[in-house]
Amino acid sequence: MSTFRPQHEIYTRRASRNIGLGLALAVFVILAFSVTIVKMSQKQSEDPRALNFDPSAPSSEASE
Amino acid sequence: MSDSTWTATKAHEAQFGDYVELLKPRVMRLVIFTAAVGLIVAPNPVHPVIALATILCIAVGAGASGALNMWWDADIDRVMARTAARPIPSGRVQPGEALAIGVALSGLSVMMLALFGNLLAAGLLAFTIFFYAVIYSMWLKRTTPQNIVIGGAAGAFPPMIGWAVATGGIGVESLLMFALIFIWTPPHFWALALFRNDDYTRAKVPMLPVTHGEVTTRRHILAYSLVLAPIALAPAFTQIGGPVYFAVALVLNVMFVLGALRLLGRTKQAAQASNYRAEKRFFGFSILYLFLHFVALLTEAALRGFDLNWAHWPVLF
Repeated sequence: MSTFRPQHEIYTRRASRNIGLGLALAVFVILAFSVTIVKMSQKQSEDPRALNFDPSAPSSEASE
Repeated sequence: MSDSTWTATKAHEAQFGDYVELLKPRVMRLVIFTAAVGLIVAPNPVHPVIALATILCIAVGAGASGALNMWWDADIDRVMARTAARPIPSGRVQPGEALAIGVALSGLSVMMLALFGNLLAAGLLAFTIFFYAVIYSMWLKRTTPQNIVIGGAAGAFPPMIGWAVATGGIGVESLLMFALIFIWTPPHFWALALFRNDDYTRAKVPMLPVTHGEVTTRRHILAYSLVLAPIALAPAFTQIGGPVYFAVALVLNVMFVLGALRLLGRTKQAAQASNYRAEKRFFGFSILYLFLHFVALLTEAALRGFDLNWAHWPVLF
């Protein structure tokens, strides 16, 4: 006799939903991470203390 | 109560594909394409990762508005042959689920577009979703035969949003891309309404053929085709246009107006006898028409990328 209870059929019934949602979340995480890396690598003018501070770029405050 | 009684039965269990269908993937394809063109043809280059992420946000936002539309229109979708197999009327997805998905994805897509792109693009996307779900679906669609004329704006925004992602603003080019889709939408949908008249009559949706008859609809299709032609040609004389676009647009618009003229000359009896063959062909051609205009804009952008500039081509706008 197995010590584990048999898996509830809801897991097989909802397999496509769970896999699809998992993949969608994975894509979202990869996307957010990639955009973060790209944005941080770009020159920006916001903060003079930032490593990628670009004094020649127009300041967002100045443009407002 | 056993732990299985509260769950849906297999017959009613929504699968992932059903949720994807809620987002109207066919409409999303057109949105992705036009938004991508708007972004690519803009003068400011965008990093490919940012471009991909922002186009995805626009697509998800458009899908979310599609889910909200399906939630609101489930009652009329049920009685129309074209839409009876959609997830809600067919019982695969519960209306509450569609509403939740629509609202959640709307918020997420707008928020992410603001972070990935800029506030103007996010604001335009939010307005597009609001316009499609509230102004068009909830208000205009069931009250006026001008529903598709005004509602067409929702489908016209994506290239403008793509342009806003790249430039952070609105230009004459993005306004012309908007106008192209906006004026194209009524003749496109009226051609569909001509051969789907029974559906709209049964669902009591006041499309032009239902309220004013076929003759008026055919006249309107021609009138809009004539208005559309100069608007479609105008981008040729902007920064994003050129002789390639002009030649493509000229041929397509001559064909579009001739198609509309052919529809005007047909009587209801002749159309019914041929099972609305000409109307279906015009509808199919209208999709190709829009697609090729944007392909031509992409071609011009590609030529500019290879430094093939048309030195003497007039840029009027």
